[in-house]
Amino acid sequence: MESIIAQISFQAIYPEIVIAATAMIILLLQAFSPRESKKVMGYLSLAGVILSALMLLGSPGGTEYSFSGTWVIDNYSRFFKLLFLLCTGLTILISLKYLKEEGIHHGEYFAILLFATVGMMIMVSGADFITIFLGLELMSICLYVLTGYTRGRQISNEAALKYFVLGSFATGFLLYGIALFYGAAGSTSLKSLADITVRNSFQNYTIIIGMVLMIIGFGFKIAVVPFHMWTPDVYQGAPAPITGFMSAGPKAAAFAALIRIFVEALPSARNEWVDLVWILAVLTMTVGNVVALVQDNVKRMLAYSSIAHAGYIMVAFIAAREMGISSVLFYLLAYTFMNLGAFAIITVIGGRNEERVNVQDFAGFGYRNPVAAVMMSLFLFSLAGIPPTAGFMGKFYIFSAAIKEGFLGLALIGVVNSVISVYYYLRVTIAMYMKEPETAPAGTMGAVLFPPAIIIAILISAYGVLRMGIFPSDFIQIAQQSLIAIK
Amino acid sequence: MNCIQFPILSTITYLPLAGIVGILLINKDKHALIRWLAFITTVVTFLVSLPLYFCFDQTTWNMQFVEKVPWIEAFGISYHMGIDGISLLLVLLTTFLSALAVLSTWTAVTQRVKEYMISLLFLEIGMLGVFCALDFFLFYVFWEVMLIPMYFIIGIWGGPRRIYAAVKFFIYTMSGSVLMLLAILTLYFMNFKATGHYSFNILEYYDLNIPVQAQFWLFMAFFLAFAIKVPMFPFHTWLPDAHVEAPTAGSVILAGVLLKMGTYGFLRFSLPLFPNASIDFVPVIMVLAVIGIIYGALVSIAQSDIKKLVAYSSVSHLGYCMLGMFALNTEGVEGSLIQMINHGLSTGALFLCVGMLYERRHTRLISEYGGIYKVMPWFATLFLITAFSSMGVPGLNGFIGELLILIGAFKANVWLGLIATAGLVLGAVYLLWMYKRVIYGEITKEENKSLKDMTSREWVYMLPIVVFMFWIGLCPRPFLNTMHASVGHLLEHVNQHRVVSTAVAGCNLSR
Repeated sequence: MESIIAQISFQAIYPEIVIAATAMIILLLQAFSPRESKKVMGYLSLAGVILSALMLLGSPGGTEYSFSGTWVIDNYSRFFKLLFLLCTGLTILISLKYLKEEGIHHGEYFAILLFATVGMMIMVSGADFITIFLGLELMSICLYVLTGYTRGRQISNEAALKYFVLGSFATGFLLYGIALFYGAAGSTSLKSLADITVRNSFQNYTIIIGMVLMIIGFGFKIAVVPFHMWTPDVYQGAPAPITGFMSAGPKAAAFAALIRIFVEALPSARNEWVDLVWILAVLTMTVGNVVALVQDNVKRMLAYSSIAHAGYIMVAFIAAREMGISSVLFYLLAYTFMNLGAFAIITVIGGRNEERVNVQDFAGFGYRNPVAAVMMSLFLFSLAGIPPTAGFMGKFYIFSAAIKEGFLGLALIGVVNSVISVYYYLRVTIAMYMKEPETAPAGTMGAVLFPPAIIIAILISAYGVLRMGIFPSDFIQIAQQSLIAIK
Repeated sequence: MNCIQFPILSTITYLPLAGIVGILLINKDKHALIRWLAFITTVVTFLVSLPLYFCFDQTTWNMQFVEKVPWIEAFGISYHMGIDGISLLLVLLTTFLSALAVLSTWTAVTQRVKEYMISLLFLEIGMLGVFCALDFFLFYVFWEVMLIPMYFIIGIWGGPRRIYAAVKFFIYTMSGSVLMLLAILTLYFMNFKATGHYSFNILEYYDLNIPVQAQFWLFMAFFLAFAIKVPMFPFHTWLPDAHVEAPTAGSVILAGVLLKMGTYGFLRFSLPLFPNASIDFVPVIMVLAVIGIIYGALVSIAQSDIKKLVAYSSVSHLGYCMLGMFALNTEGVEGSLIQMINHGLSTGALFLCVGMLYERRHTRLISEYGGIYKVMPWFATLFLITAFSSMGVPGLNGFIGELLILIGAFKANVWLGLIATAGLVLGAVYLLWMYKRVIYGEITKEENKSLKDMTSREWVYMLPIVVFMFWIGLCPRPFLNTMHASVGHLLEHVNQHRVVSTAVAGCNLSR
């Protein structure tokens, strides 16, 4: 095995350092600042996010290992880091008003959010199981806290606890899988595992069991059926901006790490896992969509819809050649735009204490806030995969990849599922445009006020959704350039 | 290829967008201004589309007015527009009916006029795009995008069961089209295998010799998408709901243009791409078409609601279109194409007439009327012409189409031709019986005594249709000429495969 020259290059982690430093500055400022000026924390964290993103954009391309081969920066990780920063930035914009209204406007919120972001960034840059695990845990623990952040609400507390307990289970599975890999390869680096698997042509059951445990562990994080049980409760209980964040960023991070592990460390294992993941993908799509049909709570409905979307992404993952993986990247970015856009609007409509998050609460919204309703429809149609939106282009990309690799049956199940999904997305547009609020209290009849920060978040999302839907060429190119070298 | 030296197809397609932008800028309470702007936009679109007809080269089957620019290069998707003799009249029909549709809801829609007009214009973009697109991806985008405005038109401005109808319309059409998407993707990779480059160019696919077995499945996938849209029996159940609930303009567009997207799809894609499968499916489709003709007519007879009657008559009429098309001879296909236009005009006009009655009385029950000719003589006259046109009385447009279709059908299969001819009689039965009950007799209802005859606005949108009815009926040559070359080429292409498949079958037998 070639020895990797030990090198420590802090340059390789500048973007992470910026985010982490911002988070710590916020924590310090928080201790000394007067009670009222919390808004500044939000803008400060936003500045950190933007600075970090600029550094990523300015960094030269190419693949580079550092920290004794445990850390890799390539286009793949750059792509995902930018995606996470986008996601975090939008979430900060969405959170500002929410926190104030709920009376939980603390600096910690932003600090924890930023730490979660660092965790996600570590995950995608990890070239070693320990690094990936470190990132995953940092992210997860921050998410547990954020889920319970509205501590006055019981449902939020319950969600946090549930998330924590089940998340710990997942961690256990993951760790066990890593241990087995270590046992087989004698090292925790992805590279050495790849060498072992190539040489032994998969007779080693330790690795197969490790792989299954790995799929289970990540399956929890990306909410794959049957490991999805926590998702609806957690998504419903968490503060709305965090729900949006969780369904886009951390999910993308888990997918990114999963793909890196399977493509870099287990490239020869394809035949061993394809059938298993095939079944999981079908289950995930179908259960997610069918159960979403009967949800009245929009957050819960979007939770199930996000399960279904994970299923679509798994379809592309199964067709894991160049087209499949680039379609995953494209889809995750599209999903970030459309889902965060939708959650931005839900956050505003939900109002104080998230009292109005049922489908019928959207009744008449189309006439009270025509522009916002049009935006909401745009995001929903995109989620449903109707052109000319990012969601359609993403599904088109995924199903092309599946058909190209000969998974016609899987693609068929996928499109049938996306027809099912149309129904529940339509329910919201029906409420917005075709129903009048029946017993709305007097105060809610007027237009809901949209604060500027959220308007910016919505506009960015809408721009992303339309741009990726109508002129996707640039994004496709970026996705194609961001592949991991496939062996 | 483009005699105008100007991207005229894109101009036509996106002109409504200019109207939409304009309407967005207008205050939502200025209804008159919004209506005028929408109307002017559609009229201008119609006028701009007229040069298509005059500059159209009738001697060639090649695509004309072609525009092609790369769009999503990674997938080989290009922005590719063009029309031939098959799409020309449909484009003109779309621009023509859209203008009339705007006019027809001048007073019928009084709430949310702004959103309504935007939806109508948006719909026009989608429909024109479908008829002009020569790139599969582009075609699919337009095909799907037009669902959204129609969904809102039915769901917001429709009748009491509008939500049910809108959702049913959306899900039904969507479920057909996603299968088509899979088929398109399969074709895409087949084309890649054959040619070595990625492309969604429809014309390129025509030369793709798809293995007969694959053709079967691909044909099925496309068939479902188009059959739902047409709608063919037994995929028609969304149509009466959508028609009955939609506001007048929605019904006019739905019947006039949207249904043609299905029949157009068969002509543009199914027949040339899967000739062997098409030939194999001829018996199935012709039988289904004849069932549709008879079934649609019988159900129409039983209706007590005029709009439902017209809706079911569409099922019957579209049956004729399918019958003629799959007779796979010149008379049949040309008859089918002309019948698409006819159905757009006649059924569109019938819906407009129903709309006029509805606006006056707010009911569509036949039993609520009777003796209308005494108070509305002009309306009675126009309604009669429309009904005659719909049932195919000689001298009017419907006759030409049905005659050609029946000639084609008889050539293909005498028995089916005979049954289809019987459908004509049934058509006369439901239309004349309905006409008798609504127009003739004594005025039984007090409210009907004070009905006003046609207003000048109603004249404006009925007269052009009547003119076209007579024009096509008395002098169909110019219309048939436009499609002749394209239809001829299409049939040559398909029948070539008929020879091949029989030759192969013959070889097998001799062995």
